[in-house]
Order: sequence, then C-alpha cells, then structure tokens
Amino acid sequence: MRAPSPTDIAAGEVILAVENVSLGFGGVKALTDVSFDIRKGEVRAIIGPNGAGKTSMLNCINGFYHPTEGRITFKGKTRPKMRPHEAAAGGIARTFQNVALFKGMSTLDNIMAGRTLKMKRGFFWHVLRYGPAMDEEIAHRRSVEEIIDFLEIQHIRKVPVGKLPYGLQKRVELGRALAMEPDVLLLDEPMAGMNLEEKEDMCRFILDVSNQYGTTIALIEHDMGVVMDLSDRVVVLEYGRKIADGTPDEVKRDQRVIDAYLGVGH
Amino acid sequence: MFYRDAGQYKTTYQSDMAIFPLRQDRIGILVILALAYVAVPLMASDFILKTIMLPFLALVLAVVGLNILTGYTGLISLGTAGFMGVGAYACYKLTTLFPEVNILVWILVSGFFSAAIGVVFGLPSLRIKGLYLAVATLAAQFFLQWAFVRIPWLYNYNPSGAIEVPLRTVFGVPVTGPTAAIEVKYLIALTFVVVLTWVASNIVHGRIGRSWMAVRDMDIAAQLMGIKLLETKLLAFAVSSFYCGVSGALFVFIYLGGAEAGTEFGIRLSFIILFAVIIGGLGSMIGSFFGAGFIVALPTILKFGLPAIGIAITGAIAEKIVVMVIGALTIFLLIVEPHGLARLWQIAKQKLRVWPFPY
Repeated sequence: MRAPSPTDIAAGEVILAVENVSLGFGGVKALTDVSFDIRKGEVRAIIGPNGAGKTSMLNCINGFYHPTEGRITFKGKTRPKMRPHEAAAGGIARTFQNVALFKGMSTLDNIMAGRTLKMKRGFFWHVLRYGPAMDEEIAHRRSVEEIIDFLEIQHIRKVPVGKLPYGLQKRVELGRALAMEPDVLLLDEPMAGMNLEEKEDMCRFILDVSNQYGTTIALIEHDMGVVMDLSDRVVVLEYGRKIADGTPDEVKRDQRVIDAYLGVGH
Repeated sequence: MFYRDAGQYKTTYQSDMAIFPLRQDRIGILVILALAYVAVPLMASDFILKTIMLPFLALVLAVVGLNILTGYTGLISLGTAGFMGVGAYACYKLTTLFPEVNILVWILVSGFFSAAIGVVFGLPSLRIKGLYLAVATLAAQFFLQWAFVRIPWLYNYNPSGAIEVPLRTVFGVPVTGPTAAIEVKYLIALTFVVVLTWVASNIVHGRIGRSWMAVRDMDIAAQLMGIKLLETKLLAFAVSSFYCGVSGALFVFIYLGGAEAGTEFGIRLSFIILFAVIIGGLGSMIGSFFGAGFIVALPTILKFGLPAIGIAITGAIAEKIVVMVIGALTIFLLIVEPHGLARLWQIAKQKLRVWPFPY
C-alpha cells in the first residue's frame, strides 16, 4: 500500500532521536527514561493507555516542555532548551488533541498563518501591501490553495473556523500544519471524536501526505485499527515508560502491551 | 438589489485578496471620500465641523490604534489616553524646539515617540494577560499623566501648566493655532485619518495582521507556526501607540488648540476609547469608525438635537445621560454582540445582498 517498504524504513536515516528522556513536574513523573527514534519518511505511532505520557512526549519534541533528563536530537542537532518557534523553524509541525485553531479567522487565513515562517517581507512593504509584499502574499496563497484542494475544503475557504463542524476543523488544522511544509509532522489524536467516515477520510489524507510529500509523521491515536494499518512502527508507552517498540505485528503480540491494554489477571 | 456580487468573478488571487473585493464597496468608498473631501467642508457649518468632525477625526485614530491592540491582538489596554498624551506633548516639544520644520511632519513623528513608550509599557504583556494586563497598562496611564503635570519641561515651564498650540503654517496657510481656518484643520485631520487607516488596513490584512490575530485566538498554536510572542505583541503595542500618539497630537493641535496638563488625557478618555472599540466592534476597521462616530456624536445629539425637536434638556443632564447610554450599550453589546456595530453592518450588507428575497 505504501511506497517505502518496511526494509527501506529499517535502513532509513534517523531524523529525530529521543534518548533517555525523563520529564517530571514536581513529584509527578510524566516520562521516565524513554528512548526511541523516528526515521525519515516513516509513519510512527505512539500509543498507550490514558495518562501514559504520549502528549507529554510530543510536547517535549516540539519544545513546549524541556525534558528534565535525556536529550532529543533532531536532524543531527541537539538543542537542550529548544523553544516552540525554534522547533517550527527547524521543520516540526503539530496538530493538537483538542483543536487549537485560530477561531476568529477564516480557513484561508488559518492556513496562511501556517506559512508565516516562509514569509520574509518586512514591515515597510506590509504598510504598502504592494509590490514585494503583495507578490509574496500571492505566491503563498497559491501554495495554500494547493493544500485546500488536497484536503478538499474549497467550500469553506472563507468561513471562520469557529463555525465549522469538528471533523472539518481537524482537517483545517492538518492543513495549517501542512502549510509549514514540515519535515516531521506530529499528529496528536487526529481522529479523536470522529465518525467512521471522517476517520477514513483522515486516514487517506495522512497516507497521501506521507506518500506525496514524503513527510515523516509521528501520530498518537487510540483507534488500534487505524494505528495498525497506518503506521510503519509503533512505540508503546505506559505510565511514562516505554514498554514496546517495533512493527505493528510485533507490538500486537507483545505480552506487556496486551497486559497494559487488557489488564492482568482478569 | 443594487448590492449584488453576482457576475463579479475574480480571476486573480490579487483581486480576491483586495481589501474591497466587491465593486459596489469600491464605489461606495470613493463616494464617501468625495463627500468627505468636497461636500463636508463646503456645506457643513462651523459648528458641525468644530463639535463633531474634528473630535471624530482626532479620536478615530486612537480607536483604530486601540482596536489593533485589543481587537486584533487581544491585549486589553487602559493606557490609551496616556499614549495620546505622549504624542501631544512630543509634538508640542518638537514644534517649539524646531519651529521651522513642517508641523505635519512633527505630528507624524510624535507618533514614534508614543510608539517607543508603548513598547516599554507593553513589555509585561508577555507574562500577563487579560485583566492583569489592563492593570499594568493602568499604571502606564497614571504614570504618564503624573509626568505631564510634574515635569514642567514638557509644557515649557508655562506658569499655567498648559500647552498652547502655536501658529504654524504650511505653504503660507495657517494650519494650527487660533487663526487657522476650521476647514483647513478639517482637511488636514481627514488626510491623516485616510492615509493612516489605509496603512492600518494594509497591515492587518497581511502576514503581520494574521500573526496578531493568531496570538489573540490561540497563542500556543501561534508559537508553533513560528510566531514569536514577544515580538508580535510588542509590534502591536508599537503600532497601536503610534496611532494613539498621532491621534493625541491631532486632538490637541487641530481640535482643542491647547491642553491643560494632565486633564485632557485622563483615565476617562482611556475608558471612552475602550468603549468606542467595544461598541464599534472588536477587530474591525470599519467598526472603529462606527464606534468613534457614536461616542462623539451622541453627546452633541443629546445636547443640541433634543432641544431642537422640542424636548427640553439641560447640558448637565445630557452629559449624565451620555454616560448612562454608553455604559449600558457597552454591557449590552459585550453580552449580545461582541463584534459590535460592525457586525450589525455586516448583517445589513448580507440582507441587502439577497434583498428582496429572504435568502
């Protein structure tokens, strides 16, 4: 189904490596000694029961939290205290579990906002909104329209996103992340709260993103069917610790994963 | 019926991104400009120009400025009048120190002084939000007002403590001071308003405006788009204060002709401008005009309009009623329609578009 075969991925270069990361908030340990890597071009799933530390892991990767121990290497560079906007500049984009769109802005403006980093014209030209600033706007509008076509949201282009139904909001959020043309795309429960049809659409978009743009994707998802179908490799967290890491088939058979999800001794 | 967009196809992104994409709107704005530049100075009485048009034009820039900060960037400020005062005093100092330079240049430059002060008082905005930021900017208001009274250098050691606008001419025509013709003052103020509103609308329609709104709507996600919070918020403070500064300079030089230290730019004016923003519509350029127009016109209408149609009302009572109406309307709009008069305008336009059909 997917272009790169598992062996390609296995040989692929590591784009993001998480090494022995621990994260604590006072007495609470959100993550303990977690290590895994994400290889270029793969779809990497992070799963685990509620409270396992999946979202905390993503927050560490894109700089909202700074790990108390361990380090994260992205594209060969280790930044001890990376800020979110630095992560964005480095090529990490992200969607949120509970949609974090700019509610008062139209779909178009939301996705255009995703191109902020790529826009270079200074204040002076923006005052005139003419010449280089306008050329730049038009160029970026063109690539935003491509994303709008790709996600099939042409009809809601000018609608304020606060008025859109949930499923479409999730899609716009994916569009906004794609507009950044990221190297790594972090998706935090892209299918939460969707019905079957919307889930299928979303799966199709994620696979298309992976195939067409070659974007590396790390996703958190609770729907096991989706995870097993979409991902190349899966890492399983429980209570902030990594309990399994491997292909979907390996993970499915792992006794500790089964125990974590089904419980022991029932 | 006449307000239809049917048949107006946009074939380029540029025409789709225009500030007035509809032909009717473009014609409308040209008609308004023509009326403002030709009809008003010819037909309006000195009374209308003096009591409505001049204060409206002076204040509307402050309302636009505060709307950039509060409506677009989501930062509440109660220091507006203080920043206006900085513009007024900067303009006064500049034109008395360098009288040979064109006064219009100094009015514009005084905005930059205000912007600099605004950035300084905007620094806490990175850490504090909402009501707490309002309190921090309140500190700016009181500090600046204190400075206007206590630093006599600012009003050139004038024993009365007031600044008196000197006579300044542009190409031999007096534009400020007691001998300037009111029509000239009106046209000067109008030009400032037209040009600066055009600039503001350009800024909010581009990348910078999107960054401001992104910070307003969801600052966490904005950071992930690569938007730096501090820079974006400070830029909003700078641009906003610039507008307030120019507004303050116009207020004293064109409208009042002189100001008592610390009385004109009090907390009351800050609140009035904030109410104008809310009544007009948060995050809307046209709303700023509605809001400023409402705030300026209401007292005059009550004071002079009601007696004209036979309802006896004294000036003192009218002033009290103004405060009550504005207060009640602000609360009402905050609850019912946070986008203010601008939203009503939008609904009216939408209705007009499909009229005479219901949808």
